Amino acid sequence: MRKRLYRVLVALIGALMVLLVGSPVAAQATETPPPDATAIQVTLQDEANKDAQGNPKPIPGVTLEVSKDGKKAGEGVTDDKGVATIVVEELGKYTVTLDEKTLPEGTVLDEDTKDKVTVTVRFQGPNNRAIFPIGVTAGEQSSFVKDFAQNLRAGIVFALVLCLAGLGFSLIFGTTGLSNFAHGEMLTFGAVMALSFDQIFKTGGLASVSVILAGIVAVVLGGLGGYVQDKVLWGPLRRRGTGLIAMMIISIGLAIFLRYLFQYFYGSSTHSLSQYNGQQREQHWYYLGLSLADREAIIVAIAIVTITAVCVWMAKSRMGKAMRAVSDNPALAASSGLRVDGVITNAWVIGGALTALSGVLYAMQLQVNSFMGMRILLVILAAVTLGGLGTIWGALVGSMVIGLVYELGPLFGVPTSIKEIGPLLIMIVILLVRPQGILGRKERLG
Amino acid sequence: MDADMTDQTNAENNAEKNADMSKTGPAGLVGVSTEPGSKKPDPIVVADNITRTFGGLTAVDVDHVEIQRGAITALIGPNGAGKTTFFNLLTGFDQPNSGSWSLEGKSLKGVAPYKVARLGMVRTFQLTKVLAKLTVIENMRLGATGQKGERFWTAPFKFLWGNQEDEVTKKADELLARFLLDKKREDFAGSLSGGQRKLLEMARALMVDPELVMLDEPMAGVNPALKQSLLGHVKSLRDEGRTVLFVEHDMDMVRDISDWVIVMAQGKIVAEGTPDSVMADQRVIDAYLGAHHDTDLSELDEEALEAEVVAEIEEEEAK
Amino acid sequence: MDILDILRAALQQALGPQAIVFALAAIGLNIHFGYTGLLNFGQAGFVAVGAYGLAVSVVTFGAPFWLGIVMSLVAPLVLAVILGVPTLRLRADYLAIVTIAAAEVLRFVFGSVEMKETFGGSNGLNGYARPFQQANPYSSGIDLGIISFGRNDLWSLTVGWILVALCCLLVWALMRSPWGRVLRSIREDEDAVRSLGKNVFAYKMQALALGGVIGGLGGMFLALKQASVVPSDYSTLMTFYAFAALLLGGAARVLGPVVGSVLFWFLIAGLGSFFSQSAGKGGWIPTVIMTDTQASVIRYIVLGLAIMLLMIFRPQGIFGDRREIAIDGR
Repeated sequence: MRKRLYRVLVALIGALMVLLVGSPVAAQATETPPPDATAIQVTLQDEANKDAQGNPKPIPGVTLEVSKDGKKAGEGVTDDKGVATIVVEELGKYTVTLDEKTLPEGTVLDEDTKDKVTVTVRFQGPNNRAIFPIGVTAGEQSSFVKDFAQNLRAGIVFALVLCLAGLGFSLIFGTTGLSNFAHGEMLTFGAVMALSFDQIFKTGGLASVSVILAGIVAVVLGGLGGYVQDKVLWGPLRRRGTGLIAMMIISIGLAIFLRYLFQYFYGSSTHSLSQYNGQQREQHWYYLGLSLADREAIIVAIAIVTITAVCVWMAKSRMGKAMRAVSDNPALAASSGLRVDGVITNAWVIGGALTALSGVLYAMQLQVNSFMGMRILLVILAAVTLGGLGTIWGALVGSMVIGLVYELGPLFGVPTSIKEIGPLLIMIVILLVRPQGILGRKERLG
Repeated sequence: MDADMTDQTNAENNAEKNADMSKTGPAGLVGVSTEPGSKKPDPIVVADNITRTFGGLTAVDVDHVEIQRGAITALIGPNGAGKTTFFNLLTGFDQPNSGSWSLEGKSLKGVAPYKVARLGMVRTFQLTKVLAKLTVIENMRLGATGQKGERFWTAPFKFLWGNQEDEVTKKADELLARFLLDKKREDFAGSLSGGQRKLLEMARALMVDPELVMLDEPMAGVNPALKQSLLGHVKSLRDEGRTVLFVEHDMDMVRDISDWVIVMAQGKIVAEGTPDSVMADQRVIDAYLGAHHDTDLSELDEEALEAEVVAEIEEEEAK
Repeated sequence: MDILDILRAALQQALGPQAIVFALAAIGLNIHFGYTGLLNFGQAGFVAVGAYGLAVSVVTFGAPFWLGIVMSLVAPLVLAVILGVPTLRLRADYLAIVTIAAAEVLRFVFGSVEMKETFGGSNGLNGYARPFQQANPYSSGIDLGIISFGRNDLWSLTVGWILVALCCLLVWALMRSPWGRVLRSIREDEDAVRSLGKNVFAYKMQALALGGVIGGLGGMFLALKQASVVPSDYSTLMTFYAFAALLLGGAARVLGPVVGSVLFWFLIAGLGSFFSQSAGKGGWIPTVIMTDTQASVIRYIVLGLAIMLLMIFRPQGIFGDRREIAIDGR
């Protein structure tokens, strides 16, 4: 057990080292935040013409015209960063027309790129984008490597987020045997709490650190949520001797209850955190050719530190060992004098906190939505099943594999619009050929 | 030789000495060698080279064994000797790593448990498996084989299986009466006591009309009053011409009803013989005394795997 | 507030097509879960292949209508075999995970842009239901005082409720037979059944296939009624709603799923109508507490809570007998 732990730790630290090799090079993008008004933003970059860091060159001085229902609604010219922000009055469908005559000499639109693009303005604010790919057709043949790097980056971030949620699931499953279908909602809980407190802190004059503070609060609340769940719901049920299948169905009820409760308060649209959200332009950092946005770098760092801490804690602390003992054999652990109920409560608290953290990071990477947890519940299940249900190290390895498969699958023939099926198919196959997972122990029969 | 003498005497005084007869029985085991794996005059089960390992632990390693037809054979041994595992292997509920075995000359290797049962080898379980949420009579009816109503296409049409169901019910009622469960007929099986469950399981096994009845610790958890009646039932199985193989801890019971005893220790067969000869056998005494582990095999196995974690906890606790 | 309006909305749904679809799905689940103890969390997948079996054969492959109907029965059968052969040997919760994943994979595939040629993408398929509509013998709708159904709905309802009745009859006949006894015994303890010479795997497979085909009938009915199939109808929520309906009515009872489904839609529609009248303009709940949009969500909050409370306090459902139902097993 211990050897396996060290192997996983070494692998993780190795991964961390790989990521940190090479000093970060800050890209040149420090700019004033765009105005708050609803606007369409166009960034023109020449993909065929890159600078030393591999950033495409911006194209300044291009005139763009925005129209709605044939009527002109606004006009803009790209600045020296290639960005034009054109304010519009209301939400709806707009057509952005690029004036080809104003393109600098030598720059032409790609064959497939038309000079008109339709944009649906769905959000208040300046984050509605019109995209004119320029200079990309030439690189089509060799783009696999680039796509691979890009998807790999997304895969690593997603895998780490998944890993935190998977760890939470595994802790709870390991100690209680419960396949918790409300686990996705525990993730959503972290995200929506971060969103709420972000807004409170932002308006309370803490705008510069509001997301970080909100994240911390959300994680604490996640832990508290786990505690409350155990004390109010699962603990009493356990003592009553309710069967696992019954509990599983109860968790489905809880999932539906929480999901729509979130929707009640946060609606069904998506929200962004005030900082570090995927919509903002930001610095990129370079690690071995992988360019990470500062937001992604933060997510990766927080996740790796947390995962390492949890692993060390599981290996070294008394409670961690007790937790593993209970996962392995509750009856034996109880007979050797462990307070199993206390261990389970701890698992709920830590599982809740980890899952909430995963929700916060996921909210930074994507956006906040009442249904976000439900959407990745099956992917989490796939990750922990792959590694071996209830084993901590299995959750780590399984999440890494599934996270990468999820993002890299499309490069290997998985249709992009349904990339979820990669992990699901892996899970099905794993359950069929090796139900105990890649790291799990074979269950004894009879 | 003492044991053999007793056998002969018993055979001569069969009619008069019922009590003694129960000790050794008329099962044609007179003069059979008491070496482990000895040949029987009329074996119903023959097993060769059966091994089963869990992780690094060898649970069963049987070179050769034969079970005499029409006799009551007891399988005894200390905890963790591999008796139940051997049972599971013979009945197809577990697969051995190697070996072959046969019932009535038909190889059972790789045969699914339900087919084994249909061939006439029916077992009960150490922890009784009555169907708690079915009534006693439904439990019994389930046991009958060859029911037309159990086939999907005929099941919806009662006129196709109604008569057969009546016959099955009649047979079930007779068995219930014999096992003194007729008063419980309409009760849910879950409401029965531990001993009644054992009785029900045995009665249900008889609904299959087995050649060979395999009882896994039929006396475990049964109160003394019921024990006597259970003993009677086991003996009556032999009187009907069935073969009985049972696993038991209760030495009194073994002495009381078995014709032949097979002793297992650490997965191997260490001795065989009539009850009296076996109880006097030094190897048997050694096997029992040598087994200071009062744990079951499953726990042993778990222990081997968990030892590390436990050690860590204890180490921590000691600090 | 208009109580008659609430009642009208509730009854319309409780007797309407939704209740029929979920009654059929829940009857299937009852065979799986209530009688055999198989935890199928992918019933939506069976319903979906039932619907798509019809639509794809007729629209994409140009098969005649009757062949579409046959395919709609065959497709769930095939799915049952594909899922069952490997998974029925696994533990109950593994079966649950495999089936829920399989159902989601199916939905993703049916809705994918890449397979649009075959399955119609997220807009689905239509234009296959004409023979069904043409067979409508009614010349006008029906007005029952509080509620009324149009001509087309009336025809759908007739067919739908007849299907439900036939399925109930079949389940009743099967479950009183020795075949049903074997299923219930498997739910209690597989090994005991094995030791008595029954081929447990074959029985589980038959149960999975039968329940799947009945679920597929639900899909076929939905496809006929709507005259279109859309992938988003077949999400995991469909499975969970069917489970809720089953638990409400009582598992392992012949009429449990039907009563449950009717009750389920009565409550969902009734609550929806109640809150939409209460909130927003003219309602008694101030908009600060509840807006119109929020009012449409609240019934699902209640639903989630109801599933939990039912499972905790009355796992046998409203009409079930606690001694007979085995959900609180391992």
